[in-house]
Amino acid sequence: MNASTSAPKRKLKVATTSLAGCFGCHMSFLDIDERILDLIELIEFDRSPLTDIKHCSTDCDIGIIEGGVCNAENVHVLHEFRKNCKILIAIGACSINGGLPAQRNSLDIRDILAAVYAQPGRGVHIPNDPEIPLLLNEVHPLHEVVKIDYFLPGCPPSGDAIWKFLTDLLAGRTPSLGHGLIHFD
Amino acid sequence: MRTANSSGGGADEKGVIEGVLSRHGHDATRLMQILREVQEGLGWLSPSILTAIADGAKLPRARVEGVAGFYHFFHTEPLGRYRVLWSDNITDRMQGNADLMARMCKKLWLKAGNVSEDGLVSVDTTSCTGMCDQGPAILVNYRPITRMTPERVDKVVDLIRRQVPLAEWPAEFFLVEDNIRRKDALLSHDLAPGDALRALKSPQDVLEAVKASGLRGRGGAGFSTGQKWEFCRNAPGTGSSPAHYVVCNADEGEPGTFKDRVLLSSCADLVFEGMTIAGYVIGAKKGLVYLRGEYRYLMEPLNEVLQRRRAANLLGKSVLGQIGFDFDIEIHMGAGAYICGEETALLESLEGKRGVPRKRPPFPVTSGFLGQPTAVNNVETLAAAALIAAKGAAWYKTLGTAKSTGTKVLSISGDCARPGVYEYPYGVTVAQVLADCGARDTQACQIAGASGLCIAPAEFGRRIAFEDIPTGGSFMIFDNSRDMFEVARNFAHFFVHESCGFCTPCRVGTTLLKNGMDKIHEGHGGEYDINDIWRIIRTLKTASHCGLGQTAGNCVADTLQKFRPSYELRLNVHEFEPAFDLDKALSKMREVTGRDDPGAHFHIAHRKSKSGIGTKAGDEA
Ligand SMILES: Cc1cc2nc3c(=O)[nH]c(=O)nc-3n(C[C@H](O)[C@H](O)[C@H](O)COP(=O)(O)O)c2cc1C
Ligand code: SF4
Ligand code: SF4
Ligand code: FES
Repeated sequence: MNASTSAPKRKLKVATTSLAGCFGCHMSFLDIDERILDLIELIEFDRSPLTDIKHCSTDCDIGIIEGGVCNAENVHVLHEFRKNCKILIAIGACSINGGLPAQRNSLDIRDILAAVYAQPGRGVHIPNDPEIPLLLNEVHPLHEVVKIDYFLPGCPPSGDAIWKFLTDLLAGRTPSLGHGLIHFD
Repeated sequence: MRTANSSGGGADEKGVIEGVLSRHGHDATRLMQILREVQEGLGWLSPSILTAIADGAKLPRARVEGVAGFYHFFHTEPLGRYRVLWSDNITDRMQGNADLMARMCKKLWLKAGNVSEDGLVSVDTTSCTGMCDQGPAILVNYRPITRMTPERVDKVVDLIRRQVPLAEWPAEFFLVEDNIRRKDALLSHDLAPGDALRALKSPQDVLEAVKASGLRGRGGAGFSTGQKWEFCRNAPGTGSSPAHYVVCNADEGEPGTFKDRVLLSSCADLVFEGMTIAGYVIGAKKGLVYLRGEYRYLMEPLNEVLQRRRAANLLGKSVLGQIGFDFDIEIHMGAGAYICGEETALLESLEGKRGVPRKRPPFPVTSGFLGQPTAVNNVETLAAAALIAAKGAAWYKTLGTAKSTGTKVLSISGDCARPGVYEYPYGVTVAQVLADCGARDTQACQIAGASGLCIAPAEFGRRIAFEDIPTGGSFMIFDNSRDMFEVARNFAHFFVHESCGFCTPCRVGTTLLKNGMDKIHEGHGGEYDINDIWRIIRTLKTASHCGLGQTAGNCVADTLQKFRPSYELRLNVHEFEPAFDLDKALSKMREVTGRDDPGAHFHIAHRKSKSGIGTKAGDEA
C-alpha cells in the first residue's frame, strides 16, 4: 500500500479482540511485520489487546474478532463490538466455524464440568463465582450471534492474507484473497 | 417374519444370503438387488449380514456398507418388523399427513423417527412417493397405502398391533388408481403388443423416423431422442465384453410426478416395446428398467408382462423370428434415492454403487452402463418412440408445437377437483390445464417439481412446451389458502434429504438454505437472512456438480420474487437476530451452578411468537 496520499484523511478506528480463540490470529496479524507502520498511517487502534483500551469508542469503523463465542462474557463483548463498529470481520477458523473450542459441542457441558471438577472423595465443585463468566451450552461461531460483514478464513490466516484483506478493505475494494492466500492448488 | 433384534448369523441367515448371492451369480455389480432381496428376507442388514455379502460378492466390506448406508430404503439398524413411512411432499402436507402421522404415533406410543421398544414398528417420513393424486400416502414395508384417513390410521395401527402379516391386510388398502383424466395420442393408442415391432423397417429407417419426428426426452432435459440414439449407435463397445445397453429411467423421484407409474401400470407393453425398438436401433441386446423403490409393488405385474412378451416372441432370441434381433429386459429396483433419477447416478446404482453422479463427459451414450454405450431414456420417451415407430413421424409431427412435437403426460396434484394424469399436445396453456382439472382460486403452480418453476397467475397464459415451460410432468396446484413460503420450505427440506453429499456446495448449501428458511419460519429472520439466502442460491446454482444442487434453490428464488410478502410477513428483525435463544444458551450453567441472578441471564427480550407479533428490543444487551 502506498500511504503517501496528499491530503491527510481521517484515520479509521479499528478495534480487535480475541473471544474463544488462542490469540494465534492476533499473532499472525503481527506477522505483517514492518507494514504495520504503513497501516498505522491509515488507522488508529481502538479497543484492542495491542492498546489495552478496555471498551470500544462509539464510532469505531472496523472490528476484527478472533475466536468463537463460548461464554456470557464473549456475548457481551461481541455485542459491544457490533454496536460500535460499522464493519465486523470474523478472523480465523474459530470465529467462522467455532474451531477447536467447538469440539466440546458433541458433549453435554454438564458432563464435562462434572468430569473436570470431580475431586476424589470430595464430590464435584463447579466454580460459580459471579466473576467467572458462565459457559454457553454450546460454542457458536460469531455469525450465529450477530451479523458479521466479512469472513477471513485460516487457522490462522497468514500475515500476507491479513494484509491483503485490510488493504483491500481500506481502499474500498471488496476483499478478495485468491490464489496463494486462501487456496493453494 | 423374524424378530428385529436377532442378528446372530443363524442357519436361516446363511441360507438366505447364499440363496440370493447364487441367484445373482455372486456378481458385485448386482449389489443393489442383492441387498434388497436379503433385506426382504431377513428384515434388516446387520453387520454380520454385510460381512457375509461382502465375502460372497468379493467386495471390500466398506464398499458394501457404503452402498447400504447410501440408500434410504436399506437399513443397517433394525427398524421394526413394520416400517411405516409417511410420504411428506407438500401435497401430502396439504392433505393433512402431519395430523394423521401424529395420530398414528400416539396410538403406537411412539415418537416419529423411533422404533418401538418391542422392535415391532417404526414410523418416519420419506420424500414424495408418487401417490400425490391419492394421498396422503404411506409405505408399509415399502408397499404403498393410499388415501389415509383417521379411520384408516386406526385400522393400520390395529393390524400392526395384532401383528397381522402384510399379505393378509385388506386389499383395498393397497389400491393404487391410475386416475387417467385426459387421453391424447399416447394414452389412447390402439396398438396391440408387437404392433410397433411388426412395423419396423431397417434400424437406420427407424432412427431416421425418430429423428424426423422431433421427439425430445420427457425426463426433463429434453434432448433429441433420435440424436441420442444415433450417438449411441455410432459409439463402439469396448473391452472384453463389448455391448450396447438400453436403460429405461423409471426412477420418477421428482416431487409431484406420478405419470411414469401410470404408464407402467396401464401401458407397460408400449414402454417395453419402445425399449426393444431402442435396442434394435442402437444394437443392444439388453435393456434395464431402473424402477424406483417406492414402486416395488409394480415389480411382479411388470415381470408378468415381460413373461408374456417372451412367450409371444416379442422379447428374447430372434424377436419376431428376425435372426440377429435378440433383446431382453430386466427390472432393477432402486432404494429410495431421488438422485438416482439423474442418469449417471442411475448408472452407478445399476452397477451396484452409491448413487453419486459421474463426471461428464464422457456421456452415457459413449460410456454408460459398465462403461459401454448406453441410451438412457425416460419411460414416457420410450412409449412415444414406440408410437412413432408404429404410426410414423409425419403423423406425430402434426401434434404439438414446432419445437415440441407430440404430447406430454402431466401429473396433476394439489388444489383441484380432479387430480390425476392428463395428456395434452405440447403448447397447452397453464390456464387450460387448470380449467380442465377443476382448479379454483389458484395462486400458484409449481411445474416440473421441486426443482422446477413456480409461476403466479399473471403467467397462467404460458405454455407447456420446451420453448416456454419445459417439464418432466409434475404439476402441483396451490390455491389462495396456501402459504407459498411453506411450499418453498418443504422443498428446501427435500433437497437436504436428497443431496447425495458428494460435492460441498450442494451438501452444505442445501442445509444452509434449509436453516435460513427455518430461521425465518421461527420468526428470527430479517433482511440479512434474505440476502444470505440469495447468496446461497447463487452458490448452489453455479458451483454444484449436478442438476440436483444446481436447481435446489429454484423454488425459494421463485417464491422470493413472486410471493415476497409471504416471506416479509415473517420478518421480525430490523438488523439481525440469532436463530436460537441466547438466554436459554446459559440454562445448563444456571443448573449446575445454581445461579439465577441477573448476571446469569442475558437481558435480551427474545421473541417467543412465531408470527409477526412480538416486541423487538434489539439484539444488544
Ligand atoms: C436430480 C435429477 C433427477 C432426475 N430424475 C429423473 C427421473 O426421475 N426420471 C427421468 O426420466 N429423468 C430424470 N432426470 C433426467 C435424467 O438425468 C436424464 O436426462 C433422462 O433420464 C434422459 O431421458 P430422456 O432423454 O428420455 O428425457 C433427472 C435429472 C436430475 C439432474
Ligand atoms: S483460528 Fe486458529 S489461530 Fe485463530 S484463534 Fe482459532 S485456533 Fe487460534
Ligand atoms: S449437486 Fe448435490 S446431488 Fe449433485 S453431486 Fe453434488 S452433492 Fe450430489
Ligand atoms: S474432508 Fe473434505 S470437507 Fe472434510
